[in-house]
Amino acid sequence: MASGNSEHRRSLTATAVKLLIAGGFGVGKTTMVGSVSEVPPLRTEEVLTSASEGVDDLSGVERKTTTTVALDFGRITINPELILYLFGTPGQDRFWFMWDELAQGALGAVVLADTRRLESCFPAVDFFERRGLPFVVGVNCFDGAYRYGTEEVRAALDVDMSVPLLLCDARDKESTKQVLVTLIQHVMVNAELAASG
Amino acid sequence: MSGQGEAWFDDAAGPLVRPYAVTGGRTRTDNFGLDLITLVVALPSVAEAAGMAPEYAKIVRLCQRPMSVAEVAARIDLPLPVVKVLLSDLIEQNYVIYRSAAPATDTPNKHVLQAVLDGIRKL
Repeated sequence: MASGNSEHRRSLTATAVKLLIAGGFGVGKTTMVGSVSEVPPLRTEEVLTSASEGVDDLSGVERKTTTTVALDFGRITINPELILYLFGTPGQDRFWFMWDELAQGALGAVVLADTRRLESCFPAVDFFERRGLPFVVGVNCFDGAYRYGTEEVRAALDVDMSVPLLLCDARDKESTKQVLVTLIQHVMVNAELAASG
Repeated sequence: MSGQGEAWFDDAAGPLVRPYAVTGGRTRTDNFGLDLITLVVALPSVAEAAGMAPEYAKIVRLCQRPMSVAEVAARIDLPLPVVKVLLSDLIEQNYVIYRSAAPATDTPNKHVLQAVLDGIRKL
């Protein structure tokens, strides 16, 4: 743990941790962040510094060329010494370069899935599996969307039985809390397995 | 994505001149490994910030309590790379101290996880 010049009159003993909320474009990531954040979701912009690859998939979404990546995030002050940040991942494939920085040091991730276009969260599932970052799948139940059973979604996503998968409503604070609690418990189990293994 | 010779920014990129003007044209990344959730806090008080250049003063006023680099960028509405340069200047001049998050190689601390779990339940 690096620290600055702490001999000054104001000290900095707090630490920050982060969780990621991932999923396809328009799946409700920022809504989920906002449902539990103590401040309205904040937005910052990272500037594209390298050429991106791949083709945009903006089907059904406003077509737009942009060179900055907007990151939406929220803050939860756990206690005076610990601040939790929730970062929504950019929903477009061409912003993969941001995912590495986002995943660096993250405790875990929520993959938010929309049953109307499940395939939009495949890249997120692949990314976290490859990276070995613990994640849970939250199936966001949009109004009017057919409610699939969790096992149907699990089969379609082909995620391991050890990955928690639950239905949720990203707009609802209690529902989001349940997803985050499930995630942290999953991270704890993984950490214990790693320690004993 | 932009082809060869096409402008790399568009209107949606916002005011490009001003942000880099405030860094004196510097776009290098910082020297301190600042990342999104590196926490920073200002040492001078709000009153002491009065004599500083406007963008620095803004950061000092904002950072009277610890907040992350991402939060500073969002609240002063400048892109992250610009804010990292400005914060680096302030750190070099001992106006701001910072604390990096735990190294990515560490397995998450059990006490931290338990505190996060309890904190989320209490929301």
